[in-house]
Parts: sequence; structure tokens; C-alpha cells
Amino acid sequence: MRFTRITFGKLALALVIAVASGTSFAADNVGFVYVSPIGDAGWTYQHDLGRLQLEKETDVTTSYVENVAEGADAERVIREMAKRGDKVVFATSFGYMNYALKVSKSFRNTAFVHVTGYKLGKNMGLVNARFYEGRYLTGVIAGEMSKSNVLGYVAAFPIPEVLQGINAFIKGARSVNPEAELRVIWVNSWYDPGKERQAAMTLMSQGADIITHHTDSTAVVQAAEEEGKYAFGYHSDMSKYGPRAHLTATTHHWGDYYVKTVKDVQAGRWAPISVWGGYAQGMIRLAPLNDAIPADLQARIRDMEQQITERKLHPFAGPVVDQAGKTIVAEGKTMTDEQLNKMNYYVQGVVSKIPNN
Amino acid sequence: METSILSSILFATIVAGTPLIIVALGQLIAEKAGVLNLGAEGMMAMGAITGFAVTLHSGNPWLGVLAGMFAGAAMSFIFAVVVLTLMGNQVASGLALSILGVGLSAFIGKSYESEILPTVGALRIPLLADLPIIGEALFNQQALVYFSWALFAGMVWFLYRSRPGLVLRAIGESPSSAHSIGYPVIRIRYLATLFGGAMAGIGGAFLSVFYTPLWVEGMVSGRGWIAIALVVFATWRPFRVLVGAYLFGGVMVAQLFVQGSDLDISIPSQLLSALPYLATIIVLVIISRDRNTVRLNAPVSLGQPYRPEG
Repeated sequence: MRFTRITFGKLALALVIAVASGTSFAADNVGFVYVSPIGDAGWTYQHDLGRLQLEKETDVTTSYVENVAEGADAERVIREMAKRGDKVVFATSFGYMNYALKVSKSFRNTAFVHVTGYKLGKNMGLVNARFYEGRYLTGVIAGEMSKSNVLGYVAAFPIPEVLQGINAFIKGARSVNPEAELRVIWVNSWYDPGKERQAAMTLMSQGADIITHHTDSTAVVQAAEEEGKYAFGYHSDMSKYGPRAHLTATTHHWGDYYVKTVKDVQAGRWAPISVWGGYAQGMIRLAPLNDAIPADLQARIRDMEQQITERKLHPFAGPVVDQAGKTIVAEGKTMTDEQLNKMNYYVQGVVSKIPNN
Repeated sequence: METSILSSILFATIVAGTPLIIVALGQLIAEKAGVLNLGAEGMMAMGAITGFAVTLHSGNPWLGVLAGMFAGAAMSFIFAVVVLTLMGNQVASGLALSILGVGLSAFIGKSYESEILPTVGALRIPLLADLPIIGEALFNQQALVYFSWALFAGMVWFLYRSRPGLVLRAIGESPSSAHSIGYPVIRIRYLATLFGGAMAGIGGAFLSVFYTPLWVEGMVSGRGWIAIALVVFATWRPFRVLVGAYLFGGVMVAQLFVQGSDLDISIPSQLLSALPYLATIIVLVIISRDRNTVRLNAPVSLGQPYRPEG
């Protein structure tokens, strides 16, 4: 098993080598396009864990290009991967969607998979994860453990995926603690540790004793550690950045999906479908629970994980009521995927006002 | 409750403004000598990773700041050789320096991404810190906050009250006149550029060692560019740099507070996020709108190469 690390400068070189060595590839290669550096935690790091699992469990080789901007660069990178004969190309950021789709039309023998998008192609499938399932569980923990009943959330951009997380979190908290309220601060950046930290500090000074974030750095967990408050990580287990503060984290796991997809492609049974997996598919898990969480609560969380896996518990089961008091989902009903994908409101319990309406 | 919120807004404002002040004042000296170095972002990134690495290995944050300072100065030395000795274009070279610094810091920092530093405690100034409201916010701060004030005071004195400061300004105004009466234009420009780089390095180290004690690629997040813009909008006057930096920090912090509160405001968060930039530009443009002030303070030879004759 060998993987080649390819940066922009080396891409041309790699192509020359690939051409020079002809088509005598011993194994199929799978390409990954990453939007940010792999780093030590975060969105891309989790995808890279999936890539490593793929190398371990199948006979393919893999290569990746990190830090690819969501623009013309992305198209170039995806095209090079297809051109050199990669069997499957995974494009792991929302903004790659149109470029991946465009390239997929010129390379019908390559399978493309785009992560978090909504456009399917003849040879382009989609995958996304139900991050909100983990958020709901962390909300339950927060609702039980908060003393001030004020929770804080540092968020990047008000898009449905982020709002699902926020709303699931407060719904989880309110399911066990009707007094709980959530304050949200938007930093309008996926990644600005200084600003994320400032937002976290602000929330804690406004009374929040448990905070979480939907941004890419570990700054929020660190800030909570410093202030003696609690925090939930996101994307990855961030416990080493706040061993005391880090209660758990909603983590993403793409490896099983990557392995299955690649095996399907190799066996010729792959179809370009849209996969939205969660607990049931092993795509969402909680990081190890901190000992600060009481044992009986830990047991309840484990039980709820089981229920979510078996679809007996749905974070957006009715009643879902928005901030203005309008019922979105009636009691006894469950929110549909279509409704989830169009979420543009806060549910009750969020005290901040949504910024753009 | 009200006063404690005010105090924490003030506290956060000062912290947010500090790296901008240090970097912008350093740039101001370089620009006053006629050297436009757009590489602040890159120099800050190098200062941040060097400061972080040295602090991690030595356990001493002050050694880290010192190392960050040298890293920033070293970066600016490359720039100085290119533009002052080799007469390269200042704008292009500065942009290149920014890209180089951001990339190089990411490369060096690869193995440091999983590391964290212990938080450095604040330096409390006795008596002053006990003042109501402002005491905690102003006098229970990181030592580099006091450094930024000392830097400001020193710079005002240097530029407007000392002879070397006068020479520096003369060189920025008219390098050929300064040269003709015997001042070593190139050498002084070297020194001013190195000073600017050193301050950018300290500003970067402040981010990675004190502000968010961690290293991640791209953590400077545009603060170098904001510092450069501040110098221009402040019409090259130290006091206005100070005002602009705190204004920027203050509006940023205040908008976070507003968002987190249950105040019923319906301003799009994108606009709120842009507010610090807008407010700073508007205020500085208004206080600097007098054309004569601009003309008096803008270094005439800014960005132009100078080759001493004879």
C-alpha cells in the first residue's frame, strides 16, 4: 500500500510519470480532493481517516490534493485525477459540486462522488451525513448538565446544515430541560480561530456554561477549557484541546462508505445515488464520553444512540415549533428530508434572532 | 451586571486590537521611510509559527515572542534585499512575501498542528487594576498589551520629537534631498523595514502564543492586511492607528455581543460581520478628510525605489 502526496506543483510531474508508466497500473487508484489542509482535527481530517481506512481494507491505492479552493482550481484537480485514470474521485466540499459534475460528463468511465451537494449526475453520486443526530444527543447532555440553563453555539453560516445542528441541539436540551435556552453567534467564517474564540468568550460572559461550535478550528473547546466551562467538539474528537472541558463530540466517519463505494465500483454494481447516512450507517458517532457526565446519563445516551440507529427516536419528531410560535411539524409526525434540507429558522429555545429574516 | 458586560466588552476590544496596533505601528515606521511592504500577513504567519514552536520547545512564551520577532525581521530582510538593494517592485515583492510567509509557515507548522500551549496568565498591575469597570479591562491584561501602549508612546516621541525620527520622515518625503545632505537613505530604509518585520513577527506570535494558544494553518486570517489598511486610513499618524485598531476590535466584539444577546435586531449577520471594516473605514476617512492633513502625512516617496546617485 502506497499513497502519493500530490501538491499543485507536483501534479504535472505526477501526470508525466503516470503517462510514462503507461496504463500498467497494478491497482486502481482513488483520488480525493480536500478543501483545507488535513491538519489534526476537523472536516478534512475526518475524510482523510476514511481514505486511510480505504487503503487498509481494499487493494486500491489512493492519492489526495489538499487545500483546493472551491473554484476553477477544483475543476483542474478533479480533471487531472480523472485523466490519469483514477477509478473513483471523491470531491469532499460543497463548492466542488458544479466542477465535479462538469468533469464527470467528459469521463463517463470514472465514478465521481460529491460530498454534501444536491446535483446527481449519470456517473456522479452524492453523500452526506445526518450530523444533527449527534447534535441532538449532545443537546441532551447539555440540558442535563447545564447549571445556568444558558447554552452557547458558535456558528459559521446560516445554511440548512448548520441550522439543523443548532435546532437539534436545543431540541435535545429542551427534551430534558424545558428551561434551557440557546444563544447563537455567527462568525461568518468556517475558519478563523481568533474570531471563534472571541465568540466563545462572549457567549460565556453572557452566561453560557456549555458551548459548542459549527466551525472548523479547536478554538472554542480551548476557550471553554480556559474558562472552566464545558464544550462539545465537532467533526473530530477534540478532547486533547480541552481534556476537562470536552464532554464529547459529534464525529463523522466516512470510511465504511468509501470502502463500500469503491468495492461496488470495482464489481460494476455502483449506481450514482444520493446517500444521506447517519447513526444507522455508522457515519455519525459520539467521541468517548467525558467522565464528568454522570454514569446514568451516559447509559441513557447509549440507549438513545441505539434508538436513533433503529429509527425509533428522531431529533425532529413533532412537535417542532419555530421561534415565532408557528408549528412546523405537528405532534406525531416527523420532519421529512425535504423539510430538513430547507430549514431556515430557529426552533423555540433559541433566544438569539436569526440574522437574515 | 451591566458594568460587567461593559468591562468584558472593553477587555475583549483591547485584546482584539493589540496585534493590529503592534503590526500597524511597525508598518507605519517602514512606510514613513518610504517602504511599502505588503508582506505583513506573511510575516505575521512566520512570527506565529516560530513563536509557537519556540514556546513549545522552551516552555518560555517570552523566548517565543523574541523568536517570532526575529522570524518577522528575517522575512522583512528578504524583502529589503529585493526592493532596496535589487530595486525590485515593492508592491509585487510585498505580495510575494505574503504568499511565501503563509505557505512557508504552513509547511514548517505541519507537525505542530496537534500541539497546544498552556495559557499564559495576565499581568495584573496593582492598584490600577482595582479601578471600577476599566481597571480589570485595562490593567489586568497580557503583557504584550502594555507593550503595544509603550510602543505607541515611544513611536510618537520618536517620530515627532527626536532627530532620528525627523531624518526618517525626511527620507520618506524626499530620499534624494536626504541623500544629498549626507543621510544613508538605503541603510535607514533597511532598518525601518526590519523594524516593521519585527513588529509583524511579534503581532503574529501574540496570536499563536497568547490569543489562541495553538497553531493552525492560516490562523492569521487577514489581520496583516487589516493592519496595512489601517496605516493608510489613519493617514500615517500613530494616534489614529490606535483609534482605528480599537475601533475595529470594539465593533467586532460588540457585534458578537449583540448577536449572542436576545436583543431584537434584524440586521443580517453578514452585514454585522462587515461592520468592523465599514465603521473603521468610515470613521478614519471622516477624521482624515482634510486633504492637507493627508498631504502632510503621506510619505511622498512611498513605494518608489531609490537609487542613490554618485
